[in-house]
Amino acid sequence: MKTTKGPESAVAASPVPRRLVPPPQPRASKNRGKARKRITIILFLLPGVILFSLLVLAPILLAMYSSVFKWNGFGLLPTNFVGLDNFTRLLDNEIFLGDLRRGALLIVLSLVVQLPLALAIALLLNQKMRLRALYRLLFFAPYVLSEVIAAVLFSMLLSPERGLANEVLGFLGLGTSSFLSEPETVMFSLFIVITWKYFGFYVILYLAGRQSIPKELTEAAQIDGCGPWHVFRYVTLPLLGPTIRITIFLSVIGTIQLFDLVYVLTGGGPVHASETLGVTMYDIGFNRFQVGYASAISVVMFLLSLVFAIGYQRFVLKRDLDGATTTMGGGRR
Amino acid sequence: MSVHARERRTTPARIARPIALHTIVIVIGVFVLVPIVYGILGGFKDNPQLANNPIGLPAPWVPENYTNVLASSDFWRQVFNSSLIALSTALVTVAVSALAAFVFARFAFRGREFLFTIFAAGLMFPFAVAILPLFIILRFFGLLNNPLGVILPQAAFGLALTIIILRSFFRSIPHEVEEAAILDGCSPFGFFWRILLPMARPALATVSVLAVVNSWNNFFLPLVVFNDKVWWTLPVGVQQFSGQYSADTAKILAYVVLAMIPALAFYAVAERQLIGGLTAGATKG
Repeated sequence: MKTTKGPESAVAASPVPRRLVPPPQPRASKNRGKARKRITIILFLLPGVILFSLLVLAPILLAMYSSVFKWNGFGLLPTNFVGLDNFTRLLDNEIFLGDLRRGALLIVLSLVVQLPLALAIALLLNQKMRLRALYRLLFFAPYVLSEVIAAVLFSMLLSPERGLANEVLGFLGLGTSSFLSEPETVMFSLFIVITWKYFGFYVILYLAGRQSIPKELTEAAQIDGCGPWHVFRYVTLPLLGPTIRITIFLSVIGTIQLFDLVYVLTGGGPVHASETLGVTMYDIGFNRFQVGYASAISVVMFLLSLVFAIGYQRFVLKRDLDGATTTMGGGRR
Repeated sequence: MSVHARERRTTPARIARPIALHTIVIVIGVFVLVPIVYGILGGFKDNPQLANNPIGLPAPWVPENYTNVLASSDFWRQVFNSSLIALSTALVTVAVSALAAFVFARFAFRGREFLFTIFAAGLMFPFAVAILPLFIILRFFGLLNNPLGVILPQAAFGLALTIIILRSFFRSIPHEVEEAAILDGCSPFGFFWRILLPMARPALATVSVLAVVNSWNNFFLPLVVFNDKVWWTLPVGVQQFSGQYSADTAKILAYVVLAMIPALAFYAVAERQLIGGLTAGATKG
């Protein structure tokens, strides 16, 4: 395992020869070279390892640890061990259970509406048409804006009394809606904002995937007598498979951790009707100082992501990546 | 060939199709543009205008909303904070990742793949999961109300993607280049610093742009780290401003519009790197 990389590591490992002086005998300096190589590796990796352990791994471990304590968040570590109490409490918490249902609803809507819409637009934009570059630039623009900006803009747009949306609905004779202030409509309004913010991102990914399909394949299918629908169904769609599976993955993981948009747009209301796991966790942890209980929600979010990621990689992405997302590039050696 | 010849004939379908195509694309374009245009125009209205005439052009145009924001030191302070934090985040992320990616790409050692897998798994750790314990750790180190309290965690969470992209780029540089450098007397660091990094400029630009955009738009972390408004970034500033002046819609719209200009300008300049980085990140990550 040590020197699978071949010649370049051996060369890199040898001590530094002075300019124009022939390299020293490898045997005599082998040990010194080895030590030198080890020091180089350690020094180069050290900043990354420190940063990552302290600020990525440690918080996640601390979240797991504090999720089995009752803790108001003072000090560095909790002391009042309560076992799985926080988790059993969560199972009785209507808001938390609602978060799960609402997350599932958003995921379904994304997979059934948002991603197919993005795919259709990507395929349209892949055709020769005027102003194509401009449309692409435009569709992607919302992705570049902060979720806070999207949320504030839409909260004005959808405001029941003064908003533009009701004005347009009234003009079309469709009546009015209270969008964000009614429990029945708030999730769909939220979904519209999510679509506005993110569909351009998926369009870009699909476009990149579509453009990597060789022209010869679709042309060959056409020559063999396939109509546009058949070309799409039997050539384009299967070859876009990897991209589609990645976008589904990103969409689900993104929904599990949704926070900014909801927090600013509705604050989770009205009466928790649009709350997500992230908002509930924030409220319990930062407003009510029940850090142990809130950590239990973090752990649930983490486990949901992890189980989904591992399961998805094992059963769905395996074909594409020849390995897991977690060993990306590993398969390419 | 025959297919092309057949397509070129003018049939009703050949005229109708582009029209249908454009119609769909334009409808979606309008959906994207309306909130932004509504914001820009709304900023030029006063509140009675906004209530009575939400659709039309402002009459008269009222520039005060914009000029008031531009004259406020809070707004400029937030622009400065966002820029400082975004640039520092990019610098730390890219510097630390480049060092690690270099080792992952060009050295063989025991545990390399294991360590790399742990870093790459960082992609799956959602920021939201870590926010609460991160707050406690930052408080322990005295980094609350300190820009480092946002810069360092952002850099740490950016490592995964950056290392993945940079490693695959570093691997693509041929061994002959390295051998020649070593023969000419380069140390590993010399090779990294004087040869590899300059060659990797396009990849470095891509990951820097990603880091800047992610930092610029981050809301959750600055929200919990900065109690003191001196350090608020633009997203936090926009959210607080819209809470503070919730009755004054026109004022908020002006603030939001001005707050999105830097991001859109940056996008216009760095579009290629941003899109290249996102597609690379998604397909590799």
